[in-house]
Amino acid sequence: MMTYSEVEAVTGYVGNFNVTVRKKARYVDPNECTSCAECAEVCPVAVPDEYQQGFSSRKAIYLPFPQAVPSAYVLNMDDCLGNNPIACGKCADVCDKNCIDYDDQDKLVNIEVGVIITATGMDVYDPTEYDEYGYTRHENVITSMEFERLICAGGPTEGHFIRPSDRKTPQTIGFIQCVGSRSRDGRGNPYCSNICCMNTVKDTLLLCDHYPGIEAKVFYMDIRAFGKGFEDLYMRSKEEGVKYIRGIPGDVTEDPETRNLLLTVENTTTGKLENHELEVLVLAQGVIPRRDNDRIRKLLTLSTTSDGFIMESHPKLKPVDAPTKGIYIAGCAESPKDVKDSVTQASAAAARASILLNAGKTKIEAITSQIDADKCNFCGICAQVCPYNAIVSSDRKTKRLPVIIQAACAGCGACAAECPQDAITMRHFRDEQILAQIEAILAVEPHKHLLTFACNWCSYAGGDDAGTARLQYPTASRLIRTMCSGRVDQKFVLHAFKLGAPIVLVSGCHFSDCHYISAVHWTQKRMDKLWNKLDKLGVRPDRLRLEWISAADGQKFAKVMRELDDVIKNVTMDEIEYTMNVLAEEEAKAKEKKTKTRVEVQA
Amino acid sequence: MADELKKPGDLRIGVFVCECGLNIAGTIDCAAVSKYAETLDDVAAVVQNKYTCADPGQNEIKKAIKKYNLNRVVVASCTPKIHEPTFRECVADAGLNPYLFEMVNIREQCSWVHQNEKLLATEKAKDLVRSGVARARFLEPQTEAEVSVTKAALVIGGGVAGIQAALDLADGGHQVYLVEKEPTIGGIMAALDKTYPTMDCSI
Repeated sequence: MMTYSEVEAVTGYVGNFNVTVRKKARYVDPNECTSCAECAEVCPVAVPDEYQQGFSSRKAIYLPFPQAVPSAYVLNMDDCLGNNPIACGKCADVCDKNCIDYDDQDKLVNIEVGVIITATGMDVYDPTEYDEYGYTRHENVITSMEFERLICAGGPTEGHFIRPSDRKTPQTIGFIQCVGSRSRDGRGNPYCSNICCMNTVKDTLLLCDHYPGIEAKVFYMDIRAFGKGFEDLYMRSKEEGVKYIRGIPGDVTEDPETRNLLLTVENTTTGKLENHELEVLVLAQGVIPRRDNDRIRKLLTLSTTSDGFIMESHPKLKPVDAPTKGIYIAGCAESPKDVKDSVTQASAAAARASILLNAGKTKIEAITSQIDADKCNFCGICAQVCPYNAIVSSDRKTKRLPVIIQAACAGCGACAAECPQDAITMRHFRDEQILAQIEAILAVEPHKHLLTFACNWCSYAGGDDAGTARLQYPTASRLIRTMCSGRVDQKFVLHAFKLGAPIVLVSGCHFSDCHYISAVHWTQKRMDKLWNKLDKLGVRPDRLRLEWISAADGQKFAKVMRELDDVIKNVTMDEIEYTMNVLAEEEAKAKEKKTKTRVEVQA
Repeated sequence: MADELKKPGDLRIGVFVCECGLNIAGTIDCAAVSKYAETLDDVAAVVQNKYTCADPGQNEIKKAIKKYNLNRVVVASCTPKIHEPTFRECVADAGLNPYLFEMVNIREQCSWVHQNEKLLATEKAKDLVRSGVARARFLEPQTEAEVSVTKAALVIGGGVAGIQAALDLADGGHQVYLVEKEPTIGGIMAALDKTYPTMDCSI
């Protein structure tokens, strides 16, 4: 177990990941610390306690909470005055075990693992965006997380529920549901956070249990009590007298004298406008993806769905596998879920990971690249292009061929597309195979077709997503799947235009989503070159399209298909014919040049 | 090998057109697609299945490989993301190298997205089959490299999900590294009082 640690870098591939973990300086040796608390007693610094939602304070050296694991103190250097005879140093003086070390430093640890489970969790929605509820303006408006601490026996009030303004136990309390969830007005998130309904039901039952006779009201859109035992709990709450009012309040004001909260709500069941006065108002804040999700996503080349949660390999059939082999997802990192669902998914992820660990070996798809010794002229470009450093560069002087480390090659094909000599073959995605597809697609009525290169991980999957959602779009598209858009050689595009394609679409992952680290950068560079070339040849560059479409972007996929269908109709037969001729001439010229050079070389 | 197979008559491609119940057949005229596939060069057999992925469908592939001595198999059905592994295994069972199999997606990227364009969708399916067959001509047998799996797991995040996953793996006898950003494990759950539906403590 490595607490206070973060994953800094991940390299390798399924079965063979090399991970660098930064163990942050804790300044207290967790193996020696006995949690005697003497250090905290003498610490003169008091700061708001994050665990208690800021309702109480902690010291600069502290135990996060009594049941913390490891049961060891931690010193927050940002809060600490420092070990300076003038400033402080008291904690080190009283520590019998001498386990406080002000000179402690971050350590980088390397570990080798075969599988990775991502259980990076969630964050909670910040309700200040909903200004009308007055959170932070009205003292007695609190969040559901704050409620947890105020009702908890281990909380700052030892479980005596009080309201912040006068520290009295309220007799009336309200809950507003869906704060930051199921929102369509641009604030918060459009999805359901899954847990807030039942969490509020639970909260009302706790209140009724601790304070019989308390008046609790829940303002809601829908109560989603869908899980095992959930409906029973909801009914129990109703039987205890909790009032469920279907309607979300528009505005919350505060009575300056009583500090009570006044709200008006349209009860959509009765259709009447109601006024309520409450002593405390709890905002059932939604679940949001971790704010630092991007870091982990990039480290593990994961994708996220449009709502920002980490995307699974398949929503039904592979719900805990990441698209990258050997990586699994569990808990709220994947979507908002409660404890039971998190535990279920975690066990599922562990079971899936065990398959690989127990087998002790796995097969890698045969899609890696190979060098053709006869064609290579030792230029070294392939080694520069490879995002995985899987190619040991060639040497022009000694005429040493580049070497492809098969285990490290992920099969993106960027090297094959960039090789000026066509000396690299992608196993299973060879030039001949792709050119044959282009020719076959454009063999019949080419002017009607939208030839599309789609990368396996994002754009092709985005097309599948559109299909699963039954989003309708025109029939012009004809897809050719490559592992990465970086595989799309210039000659594929030019060949398609030469055969009469009105439009060529190249689509890949968004830059930040690229499943081959940075291979997509080569796509962009190559497209830039192609646009220039087309322009020089007098071909409208906008007939070559580049779109970034993620695996969850079915909507965008369909939209692009609809838009390009209109564009196709604007490409005239004359234009197509001109392009075909000019490219055929270009090809003839290039061939002539090649033959000439060859003759010269031979001479 | 590819060069050898370029001799006429050496390539023997089998095309299997899946109806997927009505998922495909509801929009695409599968009989017309099958008939079209028969006209393509090097196609030695065309079979139309109700569900190619189901056992009867897979058995038909295996039977046809033997009967027609097929050396390439093209299945026109759903996305390769779902059933490419299924069919690779199926052709391997019949003694064919799994990389001599090619999949054509006429469901997610055809029948499901062109439900109101039945004729055009059928034409598109034919084009896609033609493209798949064209690619199949150039397929080559491949051998997959086998790599060893380091017998250790990394779990990132020590909330309830991470703890559970780490415990399960450890109980299964595997070495587990549990990495947690905060000074303690427990995550958000540790900040909760009681949890539903059992109404018991979170920690």
